[in-house]
Formats: sequence, structure tokens, C-alpha cells
Amino acid sequence: MNGPDRASYWRANLRLIFSVLCIWFLVSFGAGIWGREFLDQWRLPGTGFPLGFWFAQQGSILVFVCLIAFYVRAAGRLDKRFGVEEKADDPNAQQDGKA
Amino acid sequence: MSTQAWTFTIVGLTFALYVAIAIRARATSTGEFYVAGKGVPPLANGMATAADWMSAASFLGMAGLISFMGYDGSVYLMGWTGGYVLLAVLLAPYLRKFGKFTVPDFIGDRYESKIGRRVAVFCAIFICFTYVAGQMRGVGVVFSRFLEVSVEKGVLIGMAIVFVYAVLGGMKGITWTQVAQYCILIFAFLVPAIFISIQLTGNPIPQVGFGSRLDGEVGREIASGAPWLLDTLNQLHDELGFKPYTDGSKSLTDVFCITLALMVGTAGLPHVIVRFYTVPRVKDARTSAFWALFFIAILYTAAPAVAAFARANLIHTVDGAHYAPATRVNDQGKSLPDWFRTWEETGLIAWIDKNGDGKVRYHEGAAFGAFEGSSKPAFSDKRGASGERMFFNPPSDSPNELYVDKDIMVLANPEIAGLPAWVIGLVAAGALAAALSTAAGLLLVVSTAISHDLLKRGAMPNISERGELMAARIAAAVAVVIAGIMGIYPPGFVAQVVAFAFGLAASSFFPAIVMGIFSKRMNQLGAVSGMVAGIAFTTSYIIWFKFIDTAPDAPSRWWFGISPEGIGSVGMLVNFAVALGLRRFGAPPSPATQELVEHIRVPEG
Repeated sequence: MNGPDRASYWRANLRLIFSVLCIWFLVSFGAGIWGREFLDQWRLPGTGFPLGFWFAQQGSILVFVCLIAFYVRAAGRLDKRFGVEEKADDPNAQQDGKA
Repeated sequence: MSTQAWTFTIVGLTFALYVAIAIRARATSTGEFYVAGKGVPPLANGMATAADWMSAASFLGMAGLISFMGYDGSVYLMGWTGGYVLLAVLLAPYLRKFGKFTVPDFIGDRYESKIGRRVAVFCAIFICFTYVAGQMRGVGVVFSRFLEVSVEKGVLIGMAIVFVYAVLGGMKGITWTQVAQYCILIFAFLVPAIFISIQLTGNPIPQVGFGSRLDGEVGREIASGAPWLLDTLNQLHDELGFKPYTDGSKSLTDVFCITLALMVGTAGLPHVIVRFYTVPRVKDARTSAFWALFFIAILYTAAPAVAAFARANLIHTVDGAHYAPATRVNDQGKSLPDWFRTWEETGLIAWIDKNGDGKVRYHEGAAFGAFEGSSKPAFSDKRGASGERMFFNPPSDSPNELYVDKDIMVLANPEIAGLPAWVIGLVAAGALAAALSTAAGLLLVVSTAISHDLLKRGAMPNISERGELMAARIAAAVAVVIAGIMGIYPPGFVAQVVAFAFGLAASSFFPAIVMGIFSKRMNQLGAVSGMVAGIAFTTSYIIWFKFIDTAPDAPSRWWFGISPEGIGSVGMLVNFAVALGLRRFGAPPSPATQELVEHIRVPEG
């Protein structure tokens, strides 16, 4: 891969990281901490959870799991688009052989 | 079969399994000893990471802590899971591409600095030992409670097991035992959680039961008309003078800082980071971060449910109950079940009959004052009028008569809920799995830090492969012994020391690694002074408020109301600020290092 391609791959990667971290921040520090009291006036529909409390003790964790799943797929797509994914015969992949 | 027989059988079987795996997965090269030959499939690595990460504290301590803290306990839930998002997007793929063996490797190579490597080695060893002491202690406590072995003997047995699979198997042995340990610990955590959820709410999924109505067999005894569990808890709390369960009492700033420090600290813990070196490809590092959090989330979403169930159960069973066993109670009313007296014998529960009515009164506030500087009960040989154990601590002004150690909630939960004996044995085995898997991962970091970073890449660059492997094994063996001694003679209060581990990881490794990947211009001077400043700041703050200024009003002197648990997030900012400020005064990184940064940013090549 040449210089400009490398730079635009990295920029796209940084954009992806930034958007993931925004959501990470919003559900935990936003909904679970700062907005908790405000959100507690509602309940998670159909349950006894005050909404802010739910975000702090359940929701944020569930979102984190989905967020990493999203990142894994998005980063994989990015690698493909820029042609930088590891090939099957990549020496890096075979470094020490299988255990 | 009795509880003890069940416990012996289940614990014995699991230990035999760990040893069998260790013998099959012996390490034969340093590559296998340090990073399992980079041949661990991502799903297995995710499970191993989950077991590595979930310690005795997660398994035994966390639900109990949340049970007594209510909303405030959320800091642990968000803090110890949110760190994996940081790991997945900021660290894991790039460190895998870097492809060496240890965290100090990265710091040393990226910043071309021997001092940097040594500072990193020191932090890694310090973090691991502070953390491992708690694990060994946990092993001892489980043994003493369930198998009637002394804490010391329990620690020795734990040491022997870890010795076999960490010293023989290295990372390869540890990985596959951790996979087995994850399965055991998650099963052991979920079985009682499911039982209790059904008893209270009628719903078998604890995470759903948590937000359901009290419509189970026991739930209907606690409150009639099937109200929401959380509403009932808030109401019970209100009656007993506690803050509502779903409400917090910590300041917003403090909750924010603790959560951030735990997240960043998690991402910076060397025994977690090193697990991402063990997979074959960069893509697998990302995928295993997903699996790791997936497997962790199963326990971490169940734990707050268990906490709420246990809280409701405890208040319902204990408050207003007669201390004397049912046969001796003449008038109407409930009396305490047997588990109360069993745990009282271990000193983790205490009761003082302030109003002399023979009934336990549970209320907000400490039941008694400190005795000889300790707030734990100092028992005498005497018995009170109802047969309770007496202690020397002076009664407090609060109407509260009950002392319950937070640590027992998970262990006592099956007994409190009246679950069958095999469940109790299973919980003991699960707790041991959690403690041993974490201890092994930590000890491996210590051993590689010594054999690889201090010897091979430091004092003895010409050491042979066999010599290095031998050194790694000796270092692991010595580390096991030190960890055992720290478990038998714990250095101070274990929980206080764990704040240290996270604070240090947050203020040293995390910023140094992130800047090493994301800033091509970050150089030796900036990064090393940043690490030193971060560590110095965090350590002094924690030492000051944990060991020197321990007066009851000390929180009023915390900077901006930030507790020692949360100061790691400020330490991280100090590290970043110093590093970015001093960078301009040092020489830019060499072309080779800039090439290295380019190299790790791209999966290919």
C-alpha cells in the first residue's frame, strides 16, 4: 500500500474509533451517570427498572457488547476496502505455527 | 450427601481437570510459555480472557458490594466492562500487530528506552502482586469456609495447583485451564442466580427477574400484591432508614472519576493486555475482545440482579427475626435460619441486642464503633442472653443491631435462599476457579517480566532459549511463593490495595501505550516522564488518603471530592499532560521507530 492510501486508511480508522467512543461515552457517562436522575423519571417499558438505573446496571454493558461487535465488522470492512487485511499466507499469521 | 462432601467432590474434580489440562498443554518453547505460540482461537481466547479478568473480587465480592451500595455499585459494573471497548478499539489490534511478548516490550521498543522498559517492568510487577494477594486470600477464605481447612492451608493448596499449571504450562497451560475455569465459574454463578430469580420473581432469567414483579414463591412472602422488585427494595430501604436502592449517595464527580479510572485501568492491566498477544491474527485480536466482553457480560449483568435479590432476601429474613432457633421462640414471629449462626461463627456476621428484645433490628448506620482501631467485631468468649456471640466493640447510637460483612453475600446466597447442598459446593468451586485463573494470569506476567524483560532484553541478552525458559519457570515458581505469603499475611486491607492496581494501570500503561500508537511524534522524554509523573501523582494521593490521613472526615479534604479509587483518572490526565508538554524538548523518534508505528497501524504485512 502506498503513502496516501495508508493515510486515508488511518483517517477512516480514526473516524470509526471516534464514533465508537462517542457511543461508549454516551451510554455510560451520559445515560448511566450524568443523565441518570433525569432518566429515572421514566421506566424501561414493561419492566420495573427506572431508566437511568437500568442504563447504569444493565443497558450500558449490553451496548458495550454490541458496540464491539459493530466495531469488529466495521474494521474488517475497512481493511477489505483498503486491501490491507491479512492474507491467508501472511507470514505474520503463521509466525510460530499452531500450538 | 452432605454439603461438605459435595464441596470436596466438586472442588476435587475441578482441580483434577486443571492439572490434567496443564499436563497435556505443557509449554516447550519461550514462545509457547509467553504467548501460547500465538495459536489460540479467538473464541477460546475470549473465554480465557474472561476467566483471567474475573477475579475472586468479581465472583465473590462484587454482587455483595452492589447489594450494599445500590446504584453506587454501578461504578464497578460500567467500569469493569467499559474498559473492553477501549481495549478493542485503542489497544488490542495494534499490540497484536506489534507481536512481541510483554507490555514492557512495547514501551521499551516504541520509546527506544531502557528506563521506560524498567519503569514498565516495575509497574507490571507491582500491579500483579497487589492484585494476586487478593486472589490467594480468596482461595484461603473459600477453603476455610467450606472445607474446614485453615486459611493458611487453603492458600497452600491453591499455590500447589497454580504452581503445577503456571510453571509447567506457561501461557499455553494457563489458556486452556482458563477456558475450563470460565465454564465452571459462569455455571456456578448462574445456577444459584437462576434458582433465586425463580423463587423471588418466577422468572428464570436473573437479568429479567431483576426488573420484574415479586411474583415467585418467596417473593410473595416478601411483599403481597406482586409489586416491582426494585420498588419493594426502595420501600424497604426507606422503612429501615437507608437511601433508596436505585439512588446513589456518592457525588457525581466521584462516580464519574471512579468509573473512568476502572475503565482505563482495566484496559491497562498487563495480564489482560497480554492475552491479546496470543491469537494468530490482528482480526482475531478484535474478535477475541468481543468474545471476552460477551462472556464477561453474562456474569456482569447477572451480578446486579443477584445483588438486588440478596438484598431483598436478607432484609426479609433477618429484620425483626428472633435470634433464638425456632423451637425456643415462644411467641409468634419468625426466627433466624441456621446460616446466620454458621456465618456468625466465622465472624462475618455479628449481632448486638441493643433493646434486649431478642429480635434482630436492621437499620441504617453501623451497629457498633471501632475497637482498637478496627471497625470489624472483636469477639469475646462470652455469649449473650439469646446465645449470640458477644464482642468488645462499643454499641453505636444507631438503632441498627446487625453487622454483615459484604464479602459473604455470594457465598451465603445459596444458604440464604435454601438451595440444595450441591449448589453450595458448586459455588465454592466457581469461586476457586475465578481466583485461581486470575492468579495464574498475573503470575505469568510477573514471570515474563523477569525472564524476558529484565534478563533477555536487559541484563543477559545472550541467554539461550532454554536458559530463558528455565528462568521463566523459576521466576513463576518464586512468584507463586511470594503470592502465597501475601495471601497468608495480607498486606493491609486487600480492597484498599486493589484501588492501587487500577490507579497505577490507568496512570502508567494506558496513556503510554495509546500515545505510542496514535502519536507518531511522541518520544522517549515525553512518554517516560509522563509515566513517572502519572505514577508519582496517583501513588502519593492513594498512600496519603488510604494510609496517612485516615481520619473519618478525610473525605472532606479529597481534591474536588475525588476518592482514592477514582484518582487514577486524574493520574491518567497528568500522564497525558506531562507527556504532551515535554515532548517538544526531546529528540523526535528515530526513522526506525516511526516505521514501527506505521507498521502496527495496518493489519497487513
